[in-house]
Amino acid sequence: MNKMATRTIARSNTPVGPSSALFKQMRGLVATGSFTLFGLMVLSIFLMPLAYMVTQSLKDEAQISDVSGPLWPAAAATFEYEGEQVPVYNVPTEEGMQSWALVKKGREVSSFVDPANPEAGLIEWEGRWRTLTPAWTFAPRWENYSTAWRTSRFTLLLRNTLMIAVPSTIGAVASSIIVAYGFSRFRFPGKKLLFIILLGTIILPFWVTLIPTYALYQRIGWVGTFLPLIVPHFFANAWNVFLLRQYLMGIPRELDEAAMIDGAGPFRILISVILPQAAPAVTAVTLFHFFWAWNDFFGPLIYLSGKQDLFPISVGIMNFNAIYSVEPHLIQSIAVLALVIPITIFFFAQQFFMQGVKITGVEK
Amino acid sequence: MAAINPQSTVLSNVVPKKSSMLARRESGWGLVFIAPWIIGFLLFTLIPMAASLVLSFTNYELLNPEEMSFIGLSNYARMARDPMVGHSLWITVKFGLLAVPITIALTLGIALLVNHPRLFGKRIFRTLFYMPSIIPVVAVTLIWGGVLNGQSGWLNRMLEVVGINGPNWILSETWVYPALMFMGFWGIGGGMLIMLAGLQGVPTELYDAAKVDGAGPLRRFWNITLPMISPVIFYILVTSLIGLSQYFTQPYVMTNGTGDPNNATMFFNINLYKEAFRFQEMGYASAQGWLMFSIVIVTTIVLFWSARYWVYYAGGDE
Repeated sequence: MNKMATRTIARSNTPVGPSSALFKQMRGLVATGSFTLFGLMVLSIFLMPLAYMVTQSLKDEAQISDVSGPLWPAAAATFEYEGEQVPVYNVPTEEGMQSWALVKKGREVSSFVDPANPEAGLIEWEGRWRTLTPAWTFAPRWENYSTAWRTSRFTLLLRNTLMIAVPSTIGAVASSIIVAYGFSRFRFPGKKLLFIILLGTIILPFWVTLIPTYALYQRIGWVGTFLPLIVPHFFANAWNVFLLRQYLMGIPRELDEAAMIDGAGPFRILISVILPQAAPAVTAVTLFHFFWAWNDFFGPLIYLSGKQDLFPISVGIMNFNAIYSVEPHLIQSIAVLALVIPITIFFFAQQFFMQGVKITGVEK
Repeated sequence: MAAINPQSTVLSNVVPKKSSMLARRESGWGLVFIAPWIIGFLLFTLIPMAASLVLSFTNYELLNPEEMSFIGLSNYARMARDPMVGHSLWITVKFGLLAVPITIALTLGIALLVNHPRLFGKRIFRTLFYMPSIIPVVAVTLIWGGVLNGQSGWLNRMLEVVGINGPNWILSETWVYPALMFMGFWGIGGGMLIMLAGLQGVPTELYDAAKVDGAGPLRRFWNITLPMISPVIFYILVTSLIGLSQYFTQPYVMTNGTGDPNNATMFFNINLYKEAFRFQEMGYASAQGWLMFSIVIVTTIVLFWSARYWVYYAGGDE
């Protein structure tokens, strides 16, 4: 609405003459261009770590420890000369810097060959080859991803993550819709107080309930299984209920009343009237909860402690980080693996995310 | 709404007897629908809360529950003497005092940026600024752990270009807090969108009127924008406080729970986790949980009390 208002204001600016209009337009374009450039700068600093992650994840071990190496994934260039791999150096000559392969090392004079033109034969170069810098070629190590995948047992991590996130999301969304429907469509005594209590649970630190719950789960044999990470979500949670309730309040009651006159009961109304209307909010809640479950770290950390075969991605890659801390390139490769699925889903469903946050300002 | 649908008014006005029966049936259905939450609340919140309060007065240990006995306020007295509890609480507060205001200011700055009329491609900018918020926190920590590496990390390489010799972020007792704050910057997406909605809700007439009165952009920001979006800032402040009281994953993953360097990252929840799950002292841990809960409640009350002095509600009392 607001956007439209500003747009009409901008359009109604009546130009005084053709030249002044042109000038105004030019000035506007320049201002937009430079401000957008500024925005791009801020954005690229903000997202810089992503570029770091991708480039590091493609480097080989040797390059990571070599501070003089280039920022991009590279390998020392070599050239095959008479059946042997010889290193390529940046050689300063009268015609500028040349990339030549070092064939014969000498103290003061060395023999090189031009990889672009090996038929020309050996080139004698006066100077110490040790002072030369090696030439680098772009050499992304794609196999880092398969190494990281294999050593972290990523297939297993992914399977476990889905086995937790999918049922917990189904439970959370289904129960939250039902509870939100109850709070938004029916009058009953103590409703306001109950809703305040529901919202109040948001500020509750998890420690206040954790220890007895943990002791209980241990007694009934749930510790070391997925159950503590799934079952509690079937009882609705404050964020989801709040978001859905806000949305349901906006759906006109005339629709349910019409259905009621046609003889539909409350459950029928929920399924055939409310649900189709609330689709955007339900999608948003589904996505939020799915990502929350996907990212949850503390729950799996305590309930699956020591059960390596049940670890989801979050705990699995933390474990991987602890073991492979000497191989930073693999750490970045596993970070890529961990975020590629959430990011892909995000880009396909981004309008639901953005709306979901805006509807109520709710985000887990 | 009632005017559009005369049916409901007719029902409630003309047949009062039947309507009270309907009301009873309605409240019955309402309770049926909210039942899942009520059951969950009792099972997973209220009963455990009461139990943990009781446990906080015992020496309950997970491994030998039979030997549990009431020890009165001993856990609370021990907490007051325990230097690690004091230390972990203090660094949590210290980190909050540093990170919360700066992060909120950055969130506002980014929201202003992506709301600016001169920005081309606002939608793409908003999406990209939001995107890091959905990256798993463990992955975020690993990525930033690399970026903040003293030698090979890009942050120090960038600082070098401008002639600054960057610190050894994660290994420094001082710089580890800004380092953790930077990691948190990747979670501002939600706050940014809420601020954005707040900014778009400011009536344009206010700005137009101020312009006519000769107010410059800074004045307009200070006297119109800030007061108008103060409810949003308040909301983000409260959620930041809750987030701080649950702060765990980033420092835990970064240091594998060691609290390095020299316990500088031994945040309250990490210390508590150690107490509960490594030393199995569940009674003592429950007492600490209640300490955190009391602090959160008091701080929330203080925040809500302070709101009347700086949060502006356009709609009067709502």
